Formats: sequence, structure tokens, C-alpha cells
Amino acid sequence: MKTEYIALLMLMGLVVITALGMLVGSHFLSARRPTKVKSTPYESGIPVLGGTRERFSVKFYLVAMLFIVFDIETVFMIPWGVSFRQLGLFGLIEMLVFVLILLVGFIYVWKRGALEWD
Amino acid sequence: MTPELKGFLLVASLKILVAFSLVNVGVIMVIWAERRVSAFLQDRLGPNRVGPLGLLQSLADGVKNFTKEETYPAEADPVVFVLAPVLSFIPAMLAAAVIPFGSPLPGFDMTLPIIGQIVYSGEIPMMIADLPIGFLFILAITSLGVYGIVMAGWSSNNKYAFLGSLRGSAQMVSYEIAMGMGLVALMILVGNVTLTEAIARQQESTWFIFPLFIGFFLFAVSSLAETNRLPFDLPETESELVTGFHTEYSSMKFSMFFMAEYANMITASAMMATLFFGGWDIPFTTWDEGPASYLRFFATFGVFLAKTWMFMLTFIWIRWTLPRFRFDQLMQLGWKFMIPLALGYIMLIATTVWVLDTRGVEFGIVYSLILFAVNLPLTYVLFSILDRGKVLGGSQHKRVKVSA
Repeated sequence: MKTEYIALLMLMGLVVITALGMLVGSHFLSARRPTKVKSTPYESGIPVLGGTRERFSVKFYLVAMLFIVFDIETVFMIPWGVSFRQLGLFGLIEMLVFVLILLVGFIYVWKRGALEWD
Repeated sequence: MTPELKGFLLVASLKILVAFSLVNVGVIMVIWAERRVSAFLQDRLGPNRVGPLGLLQSLADGVKNFTKEETYPAEADPVVFVLAPVLSFIPAMLAAAVIPFGSPLPGFDMTLPIIGQIVYSGEIPMMIADLPIGFLFILAITSLGVYGIVMAGWSSNNKYAFLGSLRGSAQMVSYEIAMGMGLVALMILVGNVTLTEAIARQQESTWFIFPLFIGFFLFAVSSLAETNRLPFDLPETESELVTGFHTEYSSMKFSMFFMAEYANMITASAMMATLFFGGWDIPFTTWDEGPASYLRFFATFGVFLAKTWMFMLTFIWIRWTLPRFRFDQLMQLGWKFMIPLALGYIMLIATTVWVLDTRGVEFGIVYSLILFAVNLPLTYVLFSILDRGKVLGGSQHKRVKVSA
């Protein structure tokens, strides 16, 4: 089984070489006539207003934090799911308790308005 | 080098060359298909000049993009700006490595003039790498694609790109949870995470579309969101964000984003075909479960391609049928609907499987059909909730009291 990872590494090598080849190839093949106007950020034709890297909605941070919590729950569920049919009733009750605890947190997050987008 | 190692390396390089060109030709074909099918759906012709039926159009576009000028926006972060398409392209091309594209081939033991004796004992699994982690590899690798989007949006110094990448990252991480949880129900039935085992279990019973109907719904909807396809193409909404996170990209760097998007679509289609529609399994026959042979490989390979293409055409069809979601609707669908549904569904499937196992029902067709019967009422409830707009109502649908 370990030798299978060699095949994966070989594929990775091929993909990385292709990606770099495309970058380098287009770099040398393409015409280059930079002008000042050409390098301004595209804003549908009007002159650029203000900067880009400003403050943005805190909701996006919140989604990222909630994602980490819930994705870890998913990671816990994967080994449980794989071995569920060997675990039987024990596994079922354990996961039921786990999901109920998760649900309490989920309802809290929902009621506090973390999932609202308006 | 031992003859076994030689055999392994030879087989591995052949498989890589075949699979890699398959994905690349697939990307070219699916771009062509998208343009032709969308033209057909809108009553126009689409590209039909370059090559027969316009088949070489994407190739010609690729060559053209090689010679186009590369532009760098002012104040862009050059290193991140160049790295972003690469980080989008590499995971997209790697993800398909664990998907079996046909039934195994027989091993060989032969002597070649210069190389010497080469041996491959046992059957050759027809995927690039037969990893024990199976489709967890796909989940892990495809979620790396979000880095490309974030980096592209951040480094471009463009407001459209920035908003597109913010939306894209939020959307991709949200739907990843629903996707992973939807697959847990499948793992309960398979008892393993390799795709080979998933196909074998489906040959034993029925295709998993029946026992895991809601699981398929969860997976299909999340794949649309993960691949940024309509109705969830919020990262690149043409009508509001120009082209979203790759607005500032030109030349081959744009092509790489484009290829990555379609390669992701191919992987998602192949995953749906493999996990829920039997992969390379030929329906209604048991001939394809016999000993490995070349004839069997080519037949199953054709079936696998047909199933994958069916899903890709469905992706295209959905794109020109459904309108785009609003961002708040998208996030509400993901968090308020898909995640509770996935959690409840896991518990439902687990309970049913436990009951069936303790009743002594053998895993097989009857087992699958009982699970399908469990799925049906839930499907009815699900679609009636979705239909009434209770979850997806959004801010506009809230009742506002109008004072006289």
C-alpha cells in the first residue's frame, strides 16, 4: 500500500511541471507592452475610488470560525461511520449523545443570530 | 531494481499518463460541451468552426491565451498573484487520482529486451493511486482549492476580485461541512473509505442512489456549491462582480483558473457516478464482477465515462435552468437547512442500519430497498419545506408591519 503513494508523488510532479510550464511558457510567448492605464485595477471603466484592502463584514470571520468547529465534528464522525456496523447499539447511543450536544450548540448559534445575513 | 518495482513503476507511469491526459482532454471536451449545450438551450449555434463541430475550439483558445499579454494590476502582490492560479490548478488536477475509472486489469510477468523481467502480481487497480484513505483524499485535496481563490482575490487589489474571493471562501467552507456529513451516511453502509470498496458494496446490493437518496441530494447540492457552478456561482457572478475573483487575470493564468474549475467539475461528476451510481459497474449484469480481463476493462471504462458525462451534462443543464441564489439565501441553505438535515439523516440511517442488522437482514437488494423506503417520506418532507420558502425566505420575505 505504501508504494501507492509513489504513484501519487509522480502525478504530483507531472502536475507541478505542467503548471509551471504553462506559467513560464506564457511568460516568454506573450507580448508585453505595459502602460499606466493598463495596470490600474479594473473597475468597469471608471477611475479607481478608494483602496481595496479595507474593512469587510465580520460575518465572514464568523463563518470561518463556525466552519472549524463543525468541520471537526465531521472529522469525528468519519471513523465512527466507518466502524458503525461493528459498534452496534453502543455506537448508536454514543453518536446520539454527541449529536444532541452538537445540536444544543447549533441552536445557540442560530438563536444568537450568527447565521443571519441581513 | 527488483522486477516487481519495475513493473509497478511502469504501470504507475502508464496509468498517470492515461489518466492525466484523460482529465485534460475531458476539460477541453467539457468546455466545448458547455458552450455547445448552452447554445442549444438558448437556440443559437455556439462554436462550430474550429475542427469538426467546433471540437478544437477550446484548444485554439488555449493556444491563443498562451500568446496573450499578461497584465499585472498596480499594487498587486506579485508573488501571491502568480501563485494563486497554480494553487488552484494543482489540487484540481490531483483530486481525480483515487477514482477508479474501470475494472482491474490482470497482472503480468514478462521479459522485455532492454528493461529485463517485469512483474506485476495480482490485479492492477485502474486508478492512479489505490490509497487506503480513498475519498477522504478527494475531500482533503479539493478543499485546498479555496486557497487559490482567497489568494487571487486578495492579491489582485481589485474590489470585485476581493468580494468574489470573500464570498467564494465562505461558500466553499460552508458547503464542505454538508458534503462531509452527507458522506458519513455512505460510510456507514460501506464500512470503508476506499472507492473500490464502495463499488463492491453497490454490486452486492443496489446503487447507493436508492438507499441514500437524501445523501445524494446533499452531495449533489454541495458539489454544485464547491465547484462554484450556478445556481451557486456567487464568487464569479457576472452581473455584479464582472468575473469575481479572477477579474484581473489574463493570459495563461486565467486559463489555469478556467481549467481548474472544469477539472473540479469532472471530479465532482466522477465522484457522484462512483459513490451513488455504481462507478464502473454495468447495471443488470454480473459479468463485470468476474475475473479481470482487457475486454471487461474497456466495457466498464465506457460505462464509467457515460455515467460521468451524464452528470457533467446535468451540471450544464442546471446552469441554464436555475437562477442564481442571493448570498444570504445561499448561506441560509447551507447552514440552516443542509447541516441539520445531514445530522438528522446520519442518525436516521444509523438507526435503520442498526435495526436491520439486529433483525438479521442480510446486506443486499432487500436491505437497500428497505432503506429506500425510509428515505421516501423524508424526501417528501424535505421538498415541501424547501418549496414553501420557510428556510430560504431571507430578509425580503419577513413580514414588515406597516403603520397606518
